[in-house]
Amino acid sequence: MATIYIDNEPYTVEPNGRNLLEVCLSLGLDLPYFCWHPALKSVGACRQCAVILFRDENDTRGRLTMACMTAARDGMRLSLTDPRAVAFRASIIEWLMVNHPHDCPVCDEGGECHLQDMTVMTGHVRRDYRFDKRTHRNQNLGPLVNHEMNRCIACYRCVRYYRDYAGGRDLQALGWHDHVYFGRMEDGTLESPFSGNLVEVCPTGVFTDKTLGRHYTRKWDLQTAPSLCVHCGVGCNTMPGERYGLLRRVQNRFHHEINGYFLCDRGRYGYEFVNDAARPRVAADPDTVRGWLSEGRVAGAGSPRASLEANAALRALVGAENFYAGVAPAEHALVALMRALLEVHPTPPPSLREVEEADAVLLLGEDPTHTTPRLALALRQAALRPPMAAAGATLKIPPFDDAALREAVQDATAPFFIATPQATALDGVAMQALRLAPDDVARLGYAIAAGEGEIAAALRNAQRPLVVAGFGSGSPAVAQAAAAAARALGARLCFTLPACNSLGLALFDAPGVADMPRDVKTLILLETDLFRLLPDAEARLRKVKHVVVLDCLATPTVAAAHAVLPTATFAEADGTLVNYEGRAQRHFRVFPATGDVREAWQWLDALRGVTRTFDEVTAALAALPAFAGVEGAAPRAEFRLLGQPVPRQPHRTSGRTAVTANVDVHEPTTPPDPDSPLAFSMEGYQGHPPAPLTPRFWAPGWNSQQALNKFQQEVGGPLVGRPTGVHLLPVNTGAVPAGTPPPPFQPRADAVLFLPAHHIFGSEPLSARAPGIAALTPAPALAVGAALYARLGGGPVEVRVGDAVLTLPLREDPALPVGTAVLPVGLCAEALPAWGTLTGGPRDA
Amino acid sequence: MLTEHEQHEIRAQMALYEQPAAVVPEALKLVQARRGWVADEDVRDVAAFLGVSTAEVESIATFYSLIYRRPVGRHVILLCDSVSCWIMGFRDLRAHLTARLGIGMGETTPDGRYTLFPAVCLGACELAPAMLVDGILHGNLTPERIDEILAGYE
Ligand code: SF4
Ligand code: SF4
Ligand code: FES
Ligand code: FES
Repeated sequence: MATIYIDNEPYTVEPNGRNLLEVCLSLGLDLPYFCWHPALKSVGACRQCAVILFRDENDTRGRLTMACMTAARDGMRLSLTDPRAVAFRASIIEWLMVNHPHDCPVCDEGGECHLQDMTVMTGHVRRDYRFDKRTHRNQNLGPLVNHEMNRCIACYRCVRYYRDYAGGRDLQALGWHDHVYFGRMEDGTLESPFSGNLVEVCPTGVFTDKTLGRHYTRKWDLQTAPSLCVHCGVGCNTMPGERYGLLRRVQNRFHHEINGYFLCDRGRYGYEFVNDAARPRVAADPDTVRGWLSEGRVAGAGSPRASLEANAALRALVGAENFYAGVAPAEHALVALMRALLEVHPTPPPSLREVEEADAVLLLGEDPTHTTPRLALALRQAALRPPMAAAGATLKIPPFDDAALREAVQDATAPFFIATPQATALDGVAMQALRLAPDDVARLGYAIAAGEGEIAAALRNAQRPLVVAGFGSGSPAVAQAAAAAARALGARLCFTLPACNSLGLALFDAPGVADMPRDVKTLILLETDLFRLLPDAEARLRKVKHVVVLDCLATPTVAAAHAVLPTATFAEADGTLVNYEGRAQRHFRVFPATGDVREAWQWLDALRGVTRTFDEVTAALAALPAFAGVEGAAPRAEFRLLGQPVPRQPHRTSGRTAVTANVDVHEPTTPPDPDSPLAFSMEGYQGHPPAPLTPRFWAPGWNSQQALNKFQQEVGGPLVGRPTGVHLLPVNTGAVPAGTPPPPFQPRADAVLFLPAHHIFGSEPLSARAPGIAALTPAPALAVGAALYARLGGGPVEVRVGDAVLTLPLREDPALPVGTAVLPVGLCAEALPAWGTLTGGPRDA
Repeated sequence: MLTEHEQHEIRAQMALYEQPAAVVPEALKLVQARRGWVADEDVRDVAAFLGVSTAEVESIATFYSLIYRRPVGRHVILLCDSVSCWIMGFRDLRAHLTARLGIGMGETTPDGRYTLFPAVCLGACELAPAMLVDGILHGNLTPERIDEILAGYE
């Protein structure tokens, strides 16, 4: 503990290698800043955070210094309010504004702009500059991010995030002097799959959300609620915003242990499936369905993209013995295996924060950038941080001095080893990236477990080693080898999972949908597209008398149904989802469903003839041993603060449109919400609610996302209040099921081993329907090694795997192991990896 | 395409630096020496040769004002506008040059003979006002002296 005097007031603080800006903000003091970012640290570029620092209590003059570049020390004396510091900060803003276009009324950042907030905070309220402003040509950066360079204040946050933090190679600071330009060499889609974070990192309106721009609404008019990303198994926390029944955008909702400050582009931009005009919206008559149910022989398939509550309601409707998991057989077995391996592992699965803190990584068979993207961003930090920490210790560079640390380490990385069939986006930070067929990846894992080779030696030296594998390889052998290696090394074990509730569904211990008897009379499919899961889906469905489908997507299964009950998406539903760590988290309705659309659990309860509140559904779920404690994921519906609910809408005086809305805007009365402590209203508790209920980050004078500072225990630290989520997965429950290394991979002369390829854009069925994601989804192609490519040219070729026959163009991937080819998932329902054949296709039919 | 000679010269530079990105300025100078300026394809070629991203090469190419990312004339005039030369008559010289050549600063004459740029202190303040033409220093300039010098290029 240290005492620091700020404007002669003593404060007790924990310096902990933090700088004065972090200390001041953590104390709740307002000190303006631009270039510092809690995740990107300091570079001292903008000079906005100036304070006066005094040598000791006798020093009356002091000197101007940058708070973000000065380490906090015991006994320090500084002034934020010294007139010289105040004048200096005002002059910095004045200079920044010289070239700024002042186009707030037409700027998408307006109303939630850090530059606006800081300008007001420094008191620069008069424009004296009378001359021409420099102007730039903007670039088309693709379907996700808009570019308006004239608004730039050259804080360098964008390139520091995009290049240094996220590893993007195509965004740079160009030019010099007062015409520095932040962009690409030429127009074109930003290459990084984490480009959307620029929207929140940039403190001005240079980078804005292009999808929001097409149905624009100011922050103060958006209705928001705490939500979760539903596009992979990571469980990032989000804040979707809605107005007039249209979901307008998704923003990051800080979670200290998971997503931190950043989302992936699938997660940020996948939301538009909610607005898809093709969504099922017309309901069959529930009485008819009830009639079918009374005929007996009913079975139901739950879904890894539906909440625990929806799955539990289906299970209650059809009976536990008739409840199946709507998951493809191979994936079902693999997820069950991974769950079992996690439960016997001595330590729990690491949070993304713990992933970032790993000091040695072994990545087996998985390309997380395309399966669980946010994990890849965390792994990148794990590769970069240890050398930075080492350089900091040797050269005495404080941990926040980002530019100095990166300069010191250049391209050094931590022990980071990758073994996958295909190149991964993380290869660039790996010490070694091996290209191996899945069985050989597994063999490597077992060899490392046995302590053989230099990789094992490097991992053994680490303090916090980590082994990552997952569903992406499709290989149980790799998962088992990863668990064996992790156990032998004393490492944390992390498995990626495909869907937002894959692990949650697995906890029901239901058999897979392939095991369902074929002679059922009525089949209830909850958000399950059978055609994606089973090669014989059509034959099976034809046998069933009554096919009832509950879904929010227009799938082929919906088209084949006898009755459709349209379900709410995540944005229109409350639900609990279990992420890859086994952490159960709650998402809340952002807006109520309209028309025939209802939350899945409500439909299923209605079919069963019961009426329950959401909390009652969760409580019934918690009675199952696997879900004990699940109701602790968020406060119950009757939770109130000062007797009030938490409003989903910003308070009445937050913006122009809302200020007299009670008088001059005629809107329907707000619907009640019996299922959560949130209200579809501007009225309610205006203070800070507990973390799981926080619908937006806003504080007086802090209109941008950076109001988050005010919601954290200390800047960059956890949110005030309870930690969010409860862990459902037991750990260290017994001995590891002994796996044995598979035989070495043998290429075959008569067949090719088809391996699965996932892509961040397109492989996940919900986000694939968002136009921005669809635009970036690569055209399907088969990747083959150099020899095959030389023989077959660009194709097209005919692929036969299982019962599926596909005609595809070819793409060359010279590093692919001989005898393998890589097939995009989702083109057929066959489980991959699988042997099949490849022939030069019909060239001219 | 980088010529054999350029590749050879760039490779020689690579031996002198730890990081390939550090070679970019030298590589760009080599390319510019051949064609007088650096075209988009040169940026791509240098990036591919050094194994750095095109954006990184472009950021360096656009940072240095003496790397030309657009075509320049056969002769490049750099007229000093820093403090000594400013005091000693830079403005008159600028007026004379722009009138004589019929172009503004940063422009190229229609016949492609000259490009005119301002430049910061040439390190020849004792000869102010001064300019460089194709790298050759001319000091103690007057409008008449400029006419004589340029006559040599016509
Ligand atoms: S574009 Fe935004 S983040 Fe980048 S330097 Fe300009 S203001 Fe800063
Ligand atoms: S898709 Fe996965 S990684 Fe991306 S934001 Fe969503 S949960 Fe996070
Ligand atoms: S925030 Fe301190 S200099 Fe920019
Ligand atoms: S100021 Fe012109 S040469 Fe120094």
